[in-house]
Amino acid sequence: MDEHTSTYQPKSAFERWLDARLPIVRFSADLMEFPTPRNLNYWWTFGAILAFCLAVQIVTGVVLAMHYDASGAGAFLSVQRSIMRDVNYGWLVRSIHANGASMFFLAVYIHIARGMYYGSYKAPREVLWLLGCVIYILMMATAFMGYVLPWGQMSFWGAKVITSLLGAFPVIGDPITKLLWGGFAVDSPTLNRFFSLHYLLPFIIAAVVGLHIWALHVPGNNNPTGVNVKSKTDTVPFHPYYTVKDLFAVSVFMIVFALFIFYLPDAFEKVDNNVEANPLVTPAHIVPEWYLLPFYAILRAIPDKLTGVLALAAALGSLFALPWIDTSKVRSKRYRPMARNYWLVWVLAVLVLGWCGSQEPDGHVFPGGAGPVFIDYGINTVTWLSRIAAIYYFVWFWAITPLLGFFEKTLPVPDSLATPVLSHPATVPAGAAAAPQTKG
Amino acid sequence: MVDSVAHPVADHEGPTDEGRRDFLYLATGAVGGAGVVAIAWPLIDQLNPAADALALASIEYDLTKVALGQEVTIAWRKQPVFIRHRTQAEIDAAVRDDHAPMKDPATDASRVKPGHAQWLIVSASCTHLGCVPTFKGGEYNGWLCPCHGSMYDTSARIRKGPAPKNLYLVPYEFLSPTKVKIG
Repeated sequence: MDEHTSTYQPKSAFERWLDARLPIVRFSADLMEFPTPRNLNYWWTFGAILAFCLAVQIVTGVVLAMHYDASGAGAFLSVQRSIMRDVNYGWLVRSIHANGASMFFLAVYIHIARGMYYGSYKAPREVLWLLGCVIYILMMATAFMGYVLPWGQMSFWGAKVITSLLGAFPVIGDPITKLLWGGFAVDSPTLNRFFSLHYLLPFIIAAVVGLHIWALHVPGNNNPTGVNVKSKTDTVPFHPYYTVKDLFAVSVFMIVFALFIFYLPDAFEKVDNNVEANPLVTPAHIVPEWYLLPFYAILRAIPDKLTGVLALAAALGSLFALPWIDTSKVRSKRYRPMARNYWLVWVLAVLVLGWCGSQEPDGHVFPGGAGPVFIDYGINTVTWLSRIAAIYYFVWFWAITPLLGFFEKTLPVPDSLATPVLSHPATVPAGAAAAPQTKG
Repeated sequence: MVDSVAHPVADHEGPTDEGRRDFLYLATGAVGGAGVVAIAWPLIDQLNPAADALALASIEYDLTKVALGQEVTIAWRKQPVFIRHRTQAEIDAAVRDDHAPMKDPATDASRVKPGHAQWLIVSASCTHLGCVPTFKGGEYNGWLCPCHGSMYDTSARIRKGPAPKNLYLVPYEFLSPTKVKIG
């Protein structure tokens, strides 16, 4: 924050010497002292959880790269035989890395949802939000390229389908896909460049995370009330208050993570990916990883190729526009009952899209027939359900969100972020208002 | 400090110097820009297919291996290609639909070689996103793409679903009634 001045005092002659040359200790000390709203709840711990996830992915990824053979002929065996069977603890490192990707996305979706619910994207945090969106896109690109590396059937056909998306564009589409593939089809050159980029992008992500944290430290954290920090009493130092809270949350998160690593290592893996890539046969049912399913459903809902690809891009682009299409003056949806309900339906629509993406396009939603055919599919099909959900997805962004700012009657917003904390019955029991605590 | 001469050259040369400076900026920018383009192009073009991938290979295929009513999928330039030995009923169905409403209208005759209507040889990459469609799937008894449900008829024309085009024809010629050269 602007008024925040450094309180670091070098303690030794060496620290004074270093501080005059590279004030890195001062920088870290100031980060730890950073005044943080006193009312952050557990939804705010996902930033730390995500930092943990990124670190885990980079460390395990560097190890896996030591044993991985990035060639069409050797990739599959280097994963399935060397890493999974021969390399000491290779199975463990791969299980952490593969499940880590899912954990990373689980955490990022909660983190994004928290930002949406409490209006963290609103002024003056627009750049913070945009950088977050950039990180999310980079994560998807990294995860997609990482998924190709084991060179199984799902890897191969996932790569083919996603790169073919760009072929939808007239004139430039074909040269671009050929450029990406380095050939006339997904092949060894494609695998090699994906490996190179999969190794590079996490470090780009780390750099953008640095900017993200910088952009966080200029306006400071939002908080569950959405009310600005007004005085020093509204904040506590980041350390020890939030380092401890974050550490506790990371520990709980690690328990869930460990359950997958040790008890459900294949929970997110498609059986077909244990079959080596075969350019002549597409698996009967190909679906992307769970974290991409909602966008896949939007792509598939539209019967025209180019429009489908543009809708997919617009679904992501809408996220970037959110700070400017939300016209409400109130940040937190705690005080926006209508916005809260419409948003919860939007979350439901995203989950429905995710389910649709995992089903066959002509599958039936409810037991029984497909129902009367409308345009191309029966009403009771996954395709029509995904169309309805996709329409809501966009209507929420581009109609409901801007209009609510004008028409919604919001609840009274507290004067300071401390008011709801101090007046909470659990914090202040009747008759014991200011009694000092003697036992702890 | 104030009464010392801060910019002796600027005071001396005046406007002439400004013009020279603009020119130097532009010239430096132009040389630098050309350098960036000159190095960017090799860095982009290296992604394109290498010479060995570009080397046009043609393959020959013995059609007697494909029984009537069956198909094979073979690789040509690492891309899958269908060779389908069509039954008379399948050819008739395709010809009957020649003037049905289609996204990418084409007659069945335009998709086979004259006198060889039983042989349909097309690229096996769905024109939507490149999956290999499943033999005899879908409502038209041609192919059904497992990825996004595109349906092709027995002439490999797109009839339903998101694919924009018919399965592409590949260049081939008959060396003999039972042998083709693809590429």
